Amino acid sequence: MTTASDSSSSMTKRPNRLFKNWMAKLASVPMILTALVVFVGGTAWTIVYSFTGSRMLPKTKWVGFDQYERLWDTDRWIISIKNLAIYGSCSMILTLFLGFCLAACLDRKIRYESAFRTIFLYPFALSFVVTGLVWQWILNPDFGLQNVVRSWGWESFTFNPLNDPNTVIYGILIAGLWQGTGLIMCIMLAGLRGIDEDIWKAAKVDGIGTVKTYVMVIIPMMRPVFVTALVLIASGIIKLYDLVVAQTGGGPGLASEVPAKYVIEYMFRAQNLGQGFAASTMMLCSVVIILIPWAYLEFGGKKRG
Amino acid sequence: MVDQTHTSAIEPSGPKPKKTFSRANIFLYGTLIMVSVYYLLPLYVMIVTSLKGMPEIRMGNVFGPPMEITVQPWVRAWSEACTGINCDGLSRGFANSVQILIPSVLLSILIASVNGYALSNWKFKGSEIFFTILIIGAFIPYQTMLYPIVIILREIGLMGSIGGLVLVHTVFGMPILTLLFRNYFASIPEELFKAARVDGAGFWQIYFQIMLPMALPIFVVAIILQVTGIWNDFLFGVIYTKPATYPMTVQLNNIVNSVQGVKEYNVNMAATLITGLVPLVIYFASGKLFVRGIAAGAVKG
Repeated sequence: MTTASDSSSSMTKRPNRLFKNWMAKLASVPMILTALVVFVGGTAWTIVYSFTGSRMLPKTKWVGFDQYERLWDTDRWIISIKNLAIYGSCSMILTLFLGFCLAACLDRKIRYESAFRTIFLYPFALSFVVTGLVWQWILNPDFGLQNVVRSWGWESFTFNPLNDPNTVIYGILIAGLWQGTGLIMCIMLAGLRGIDEDIWKAAKVDGIGTVKTYVMVIIPMMRPVFVTALVLIASGIIKLYDLVVAQTGGGPGLASEVPAKYVIEYMFRAQNLGQGFAASTMMLCSVVIILIPWAYLEFGGKKRG
Repeated sequence: MVDQTHTSAIEPSGPKPKKTFSRANIFLYGTLIMVSVYYLLPLYVMIVTSLKGMPEIRMGNVFGPPMEITVQPWVRAWSEACTGINCDGLSRGFANSVQILIPSVLLSILIASVNGYALSNWKFKGSEIFFTILIIGAFIPYQTMLYPIVIILREIGLMGSIGGLVLVHTVFGMPILTLLFRNYFASIPEELFKAARVDGAGFWQIYFQIMLPMALPIFVVAIILQVTGIWNDFLFGVIYTKPATYPMTVQLNNIVNSVQGVKEYNVNMAATLITGLVPLVIYFASGKLFVRGIAAGAVKG
């Protein structure tokens, strides 16, 4: 829409375009500064300095792709990437599946729906630090779940994921799912509520079973909801940091390291800024790879419709 | 539904009452109750562990209710738990978190609501471009911007202080909040705005006298979103503050994961519960509004 020129500029004969609407521009200065200085400027700065040999302080000693070569030669980074891949794929599939199933259960016109919804969503209000610490305690081998089951008489029962390098990431996954599924359930439930009752009636008339209706009719109709959920889950996965720090601290050894933790360790503990910048640029690249197809689907689709 | 196979001789008038315990329903409720147990278990374990004494914990059974209820762990967690050489408990972190929370919430919401208002009613050349950058920025991993912000904060002398962290929260809360307010203000009929313009009202007059009173529900949603988000933050707290100004989450992590001394699991769980209490209270008190807040957060872009 167009807005009338401001009273202050209408006093001069030829209003300067820069001063038209000047109060709105002035009020938007914080937004413009954030967008340009922090988001664009900060990101560009990090990318540029990832090509330098900065250690304790950033300096412009160009080293080309050395930092990236070193990054991909570091075991710790490879472990981090593998962990994120396992955590990411499991969490994406399971969160979507469980979130949809729970939402479908709640959508069957049941009693106490809001009570169930409150229960499934409350972990989302808690921080990752709290989540990590609680599950660290429940999965504690000496006092937690393992010990309780053993005291019931099953002496050989072993469930100690946090102290086994091969399974530690699944221990984190349990906590992550507990925290995040409720959100996806809520989004799915909103999507299910948006579906016309007549679809169900038509399916019933045609004699299609409930499960089959969900799989063949409802899920394809909810594609946009699934896409939103996927983007949300994906952007949460890449940020995975607090949960690992609280639950395992990256251990045992380096077994549960993740990229976000790698970046922060190298930037702020190991005084190796260049490595941190290179690693964070790699994280940015992975986001871009995820984001571009989504933006294409989302905004390319709108133009056609 | 599957529960309409039974037909009786005398048909009652009106719709058939639904049988509550058909086989499908038992399966449905069974699943939901089992999942609920999994979801409630950690909260329950937190509560019972924090009320037990250490000897009872060493005996095992993390799920058992406390035989002897003691509030000692809560007192210790609040005022005596140690992080490094400081032994003044979580109270310091709580005070810091409150001092971070209040200005951050106010400043971020004030700026974002004005942004949203300007973006929907006072569009200027380039305003949409800045907004798009802002929204894309919400998807950039924070790690990419961490160090440049350290430099900026150092230059303006706020590194390590609560003021610096407030600024960081304001910046990173801006994309989602601006989107929230922009969409809300865009849904307000344009005629209202035009009428006010004809009457000679300016930018701030319209904002304070027309838009602000109409947007109160969305302000509540924004407050819920920001309070839980900022209270739960760990990453920014650990990087942009120093030990004296650590927010509660960072201090909690340091208390529980410290390697010195004997592990006091009951104190740890009491500390964890105290830290989680603020968002939990907000969650249970706000109900539907919380869901609305996260739903608003979900429709990015």
